[in-house]
Amino acid sequence: MLSSPFISKPTSVSAIMLRVLLALLPAVALYVWYYGPAILVSMTLASVTALGVEALMLRLRERPLKPFLADNTALLTAWLLALSIPPLAPWWLVVVGTAFAISVAKHLYGGMGNNPFNPAMVGYAVLIISFPVQMTHWLSPLDLGQGGLGFGAQLQYIFAGVLPDGTSLDAVTMATPLDTLKTQLHLDRAVAQIMQMPIYGHLAGKGSEMVALGFLAGGLYLLAARIITWHIPFAFFGGLLFTAELFHLADPNHYVSPLFHAASGAAVIGAFFILTDPVTSPTTPRGKLIFAAAAGFLTYIIRVFGGYPDGIAFATLLMNIAVPLIDAYTQPRVFGRKKDPQ
Amino acid sequence: MRKLYRFHGGVHPPANKTQSTQTPIAQAALPSKLVVALHQHAGGSATRPAVQPGDHVLKGQLIGLPEGRIASAVHAPTSGMVLAVDRQPVLHPSALPDLCVTIVPDGKDEWIAHHGSDYRELQHSDLRHQLRMAGIVGLGGAVFPSDLKLYAGKHKIKTLVLNGAECEPYITCDDMLMRERAAEILRGAEIMQALLYAEEVLIGIEDNKPEAIAAMQQALAAGDYRNMEVIAVPTVYPGGGAKQLIRVLTGLEVPHGVRTTEMGAQCFNVGTAYSVYRAVAHGEPLISRIVTVTGNVERPQNFEVLLGTPLAELAAQAGVKPDTDGYIMGGPMMGIAVPSAQAGVTKAANCFIATSRALFPPAPPALPCIRCTRCAEVCPADLQPQELYWFAKAKELGKAQEYHLFDCIECGACSYVCPSHIPLVQYYRFAKSEIWAHEREKDAADIARERHEFRLERQEREKRERAEKLAQKERAAAAAKAAEQPAAAAGAAAAATPAAAGQPEDAAQALIQAAIERAKAQATLVKPKNTDNLTPAQLAEIAEIEARRAKIREIARTDNDKEQ
Repeated sequence: MLSSPFISKPTSVSAIMLRVLLALLPAVALYVWYYGPAILVSMTLASVTALGVEALMLRLRERPLKPFLADNTALLTAWLLALSIPPLAPWWLVVVGTAFAISVAKHLYGGMGNNPFNPAMVGYAVLIISFPVQMTHWLSPLDLGQGGLGFGAQLQYIFAGVLPDGTSLDAVTMATPLDTLKTQLHLDRAVAQIMQMPIYGHLAGKGSEMVALGFLAGGLYLLAARIITWHIPFAFFGGLLFTAELFHLADPNHYVSPLFHAASGAAVIGAFFILTDPVTSPTTPRGKLIFAAAAGFLTYIIRVFGGYPDGIAFATLLMNIAVPLIDAYTQPRVFGRKKDPQ
Repeated sequence: MRKLYRFHGGVHPPANKTQSTQTPIAQAALPSKLVVALHQHAGGSATRPAVQPGDHVLKGQLIGLPEGRIASAVHAPTSGMVLAVDRQPVLHPSALPDLCVTIVPDGKDEWIAHHGSDYRELQHSDLRHQLRMAGIVGLGGAVFPSDLKLYAGKHKIKTLVLNGAECEPYITCDDMLMRERAAEILRGAEIMQALLYAEEVLIGIEDNKPEAIAAMQQALAAGDYRNMEVIAVPTVYPGGGAKQLIRVLTGLEVPHGVRTTEMGAQCFNVGTAYSVYRAVAHGEPLISRIVTVTGNVERPQNFEVLLGTPLAELAAQAGVKPDTDGYIMGGPMMGIAVPSAQAGVTKAANCFIATSRALFPPAPPALPCIRCTRCAEVCPADLQPQELYWFAKAKELGKAQEYHLFDCIECGACSYVCPSHIPLVQYYRFAKSEIWAHEREKDAADIARERHEFRLERQEREKRERAEKLAQKERAAAAAKAAEQPAAAAGAAAAATPAAAGQPEDAAQALIQAAIERAKAQATLVKPKNTDNLTPAQLAEIAEIEARRAKIREIARTDNDKEQ
């Protein structure tokens, strides 16, 4: 007890991160409901890998293990990465991605609090660049796949790479709704026509739109619990919807409605869970708005005009680079130095 | 309903106030000795001892004379004998001993002759002098001499704010004072209002003190006061900070480095108003104050305590629990760890919290900052504490200043909410003291440089003078020579004279010129020294620092002008 303050709020990084993990659970539950339990396998694999690599890196960096292993940040990175990649992928895919995220993106940059890039998104980027084929094998929702794969069969595929006799990979997996849209548009079909395909539901992809709803529920919890502020989700959807609306208004046959974009891919998890990572996002309120609005814009551009199925990861990483600059130029005025104090 | 304003941020730590408001203010027992510190006010000027060991003093007798402008008197809290005038442990975070008068009470508690007066019949300058000699200082904890604050000068004071917010957890001395002595507080406020020519008096009390608000409102209704109002303000720490309370009540934001008077407001603690009243109306100097004794004690309560009462003797009256491991003076957010329980109570001591490991568990080890900005969300000065932390940690002091480090009021809200448990305020204190040290060093370097330059100049001048002297001598010698040969051929001389006559003169001139040239060359060699080879950025920085200092000098000068 050296100097004031002598009391502190009973809170900790570990407790905050735990609540973020809990906020992911509704989406995970819906994921299991629509796609089967394979996601639980990849989340477990990612978690074990993350903790193992975290411990190894801490040991190599001669840092204490206990406080950092208990801070739950490695687990969060693991879960976000696992939720971003196809659950029915060979086991090493998620292991390689997670290991890279924790070792390179997090610890080589100085560990917790010092990494300029979102580790989960770095892991995702590495995987999609290095293993593009495996990254496209998304599970079809259970009611679309031909009877679906049993859990045993899923496990067998993940760890041994073999499918039951008579089942082909194409039968149980599919391209993402965003990817399908892009492919079909290249075939000169109109948006309205494409939306009639069985993989589309109310707003976006069948199943995936419900998972997005789960992320939304978790995100609203984070807002209510004041773990995140409204700025980033609000500005992200603002940027994404505004850009999408402009294109949609110009040519509704070729550019799908803004709501499709909001409910597709990683938009919702990105807005509430990925872009809001405090370490890699701006600290000032205005900075958060600029950062997220630009990320929304970039997401749309990458999705519609880029070569990758989704744009969240690269939009996040691109905007991560800009964070120090954004912070420097958006410093709020301090007490008594405002233009109009009243 | 008056419109109230908001300030940014703030926190809601557990109040822990009800423990010490269950019983009325008790008179603390006369201690075995009183250790009265002589320097009990903010500001550097000393208070000179006015007594010697062996002297008998009466209650209220002057024992410390204020010297210099920012100074305040100190009095004997009871009658007795002066045991010693020496350095003793004091209630200061530095834990350095300071000059104290130790008095052994004679038990008679015999007052010195004193009398009150009606403030309306006194000149304002006399009133102010009376307050200075009565040792009245701000009792909210800042202990700035009140007489200096009760002078509006050329500024027009619209609002006198009376601070009864008492936003820090645990502290209840103002609460109890307002409950029990509301009328006297208001009478004191009236005197302050007159001294400042203030249009209105706004008394801000946090709404977690309904009894105090009721008592003050009742006293207000019972008296005949001009433009006074008791206002319940929302409970949020640090709502009792002077600038924060002024903001809430008036909407004014007083920037760092600007006096509240310049913006038409002045702020005093309710306890100060009470002691102003006692000093003027009863002629009683400030010799006691209300102190909350709480925390790890059996009977948390408020005491009226004679200044100089050793903390240990005071705390014992509240029943210190055996596992007590120390004391905090002030509140848990901004208080200081008491270096010695033998130190005497001072005018700044509003509260003592007995601590134990159970009550104040040590903070968990700090983790890295995750930039969550909870600190920025609660900062009442709208700072970005996380940025200041990085700059302080990296010793980027210039950057820290650029991000308004000195606007930090060290309220501790940022540290309180930090999920990584980083002792942020300690980093800011460190950075501030580093900057002060740098400025002092630079000042010292400036003086050294000036001296050095002066020395060079002197040496140069002496060389020049020597050269001139030498030249003069030669000129004289040449003239003498010329006089020795007056019979030179007149015809030849007619032609030769101009050149011959000119020659010695020219030689002397040339010598002088050469000496000057040499001196000049030397001067250019040594002079530009430490401003040489600087980048434009460094030059700009120097210019900026110079500008800032010029501004400070300017402010200091105008301040001096104001005093006169």
